Amino acid sequence: MLTVSGLTKRFGGFIALNKVSFEVIEGEILGLIGPNGSGKTTAFNCISGALATSEGSIRFQGEEIVGMTPDAICHRGLARTFQIPRPFRKLSILENVAVAAHFGATVRTSEAEARHRAVEVLGLVGLPADPEADPTLLGAGGLKKLELARALATRPKLLLADESLGGLDPTEMASAADMLRRVRGELGVTIVWVEHIMATLMRVVDRVVVLDHGEKIAEGPPAAIAEDPRVIEAYLGEKVVLA
Amino acid sequence: MTTGRVLAALVLAALGVAPFVPMGGMGEYVIFVMVQVFIWSFIGNAWSLMGRFGLVSLGHGAFLGVGAYTTTLLWNFYGLTPWVGVIVAMAAAVVLALVVAYPCSRFGIVGHYFGLVTLAVGEVIRLLLIAERDWTGGSLGLTLKTAGDASFYAVQYADKRVFYYGAFVVWLLGLWVWHRLDRSMARAAMEAIGEDETAAASVGIHVSRFKLAITSLSAALTAFGGVVYAQYIAYVNPETLAGVGVSLRIVFAVVLGGMYSLLGPTVGTALTISLSEYLRVKFGVHFIGMAETIYGLILVVFIIFLPSGIYGSLRGLLVRRTPARA
Repeated sequence: MLTVSGLTKRFGGFIALNKVSFEVIEGEILGLIGPNGSGKTTAFNCISGALATSEGSIRFQGEEIVGMTPDAICHRGLARTFQIPRPFRKLSILENVAVAAHFGATVRTSEAEARHRAVEVLGLVGLPADPEADPTLLGAGGLKKLELARALATRPKLLLADESLGGLDPTEMASAADMLRRVRGELGVTIVWVEHIMATLMRVVDRVVVLDHGEKIAEGPPAAIAEDPRVIEAYLGEKVVLA
Repeated sequence: MTTGRVLAALVLAALGVAPFVPMGGMGEYVIFVMVQVFIWSFIGNAWSLMGRFGLVSLGHGAFLGVGAYTTTLLWNFYGLTPWVGVIVAMAAAVVLALVVAYPCSRFGIVGHYFGLVTLAVGEVIRLLLIAERDWTGGSLGLTLKTAGDASFYAVQYADKRVFYYGAFVVWLLGLWVWHRLDRSMARAAMEAIGEDETAAASVGIHVSRFKLAITSLSAALTAFGGVVYAQYIAYVNPETLAGVGVSLRIVFAVVLGGMYSLLGPTVGTALTISLSEYLRVKFGVHFIGMAETIYGLILVVFIIFLPSGIYGSLRGLLVRRTPARA
């Protein structure tokens, strides 16, 4: 569904991503992990068009998307969330999601349909669809949900979820992991999930790609990744957490 | 909101009959001031279409000047009716807006930097108008060729009441455009862009298209206001219709009244025009620059204490939901 090959991103002389290649298969939840600064978020930014790719190719459903603007990529059915939630503070929670549903949808959506869709998606993630509700009053968990709702409102085929569980307590984490499973199950959305908290991630994903210092060091099913010596080394012996 | 509707109907009715209310010898003067208020409120409204989303232009005089001079020159030199001229004028303003806004949007010139670019554009147009004096009359300005006491073709009327009603309708038109935009999803998209361009683009909003569209709309309406003003005064001048002075006066009025509410620009314009008229009558020619000094002081106080403006703040107190803040 998504084929990343030879993806390279340089910031001046610093190489944030070095010839990274991986594939996302339709219907799976792929975990993208790696220590801090390993290039996970940079990869997301390149794929979603927020950053210009230096070299390499990214094909989404057979189409080259390197060089496309973020809105064009969104219209093709590739949505993303941000690591640090970026709600539109001047809009209500409902408007935040409705604006995504109206402008970002893969199919033409009228304003009325967009509002309807927003109510639906907010229900799915468990936020109030009150047209007056102010996003600045949401806590960390609520903001993550809003972030997810906004991305889902665009009816994506592939969702890039960036560290959706950072800053959540264990209960919220479990329910958020469950949420991603439901997103795949009920909406049929393929997911690439970047996450720091690996114990949770390992239980949900089908496959894992591991980045370290901008390079792919391992790829495979969670059980094999947890035993991979290079991964353990990269994580400075976090084997306990992985298992 | 029913009391609000009744109040609005009463105000509109009062404005509708105002030219026929006997005001002693003051009638002409009151009409003159009110026409100015209508026209400049409309222009302030056009400015706020951009300003409220963080696209703060300090050079809207450029669009006023392009508008006013286009119709005036076309009329004086080619005898082209302003009814057609106004379309050319608005088109010219849109072209100028795109020439300015496209590179700004492309290279991410936002916030204060965008303000500085527009400030320069306003000055460039003013200097151009002065430099091209064979056509434009330079800094002396240009008088519209007269076409008799009442000419529909030339849009010239000796009877100021014609302009009163014309400007009244134009003002209402501006409010309607503002209201329509406010209720549309495009407003939500613009708010999103104003806050976070990256996040806006990630949910499928075409950032530069929206910015160019809103800038074009604002420029076209401002040029339209410039044309109406030129037809009314029957005289154009680079100082009153282009450059920093007039550009900032538009911004002052809107910030004073409140750029996030429908009637904010109108309230602000009415206050600034009343203030400058009052100071003009009070001080005459003795303290030139007094009005600007007082504007400046008021503006500083407002930006600090009432960022939503006079009208916006009052409305915020009356309506439960607090309005968006700067």
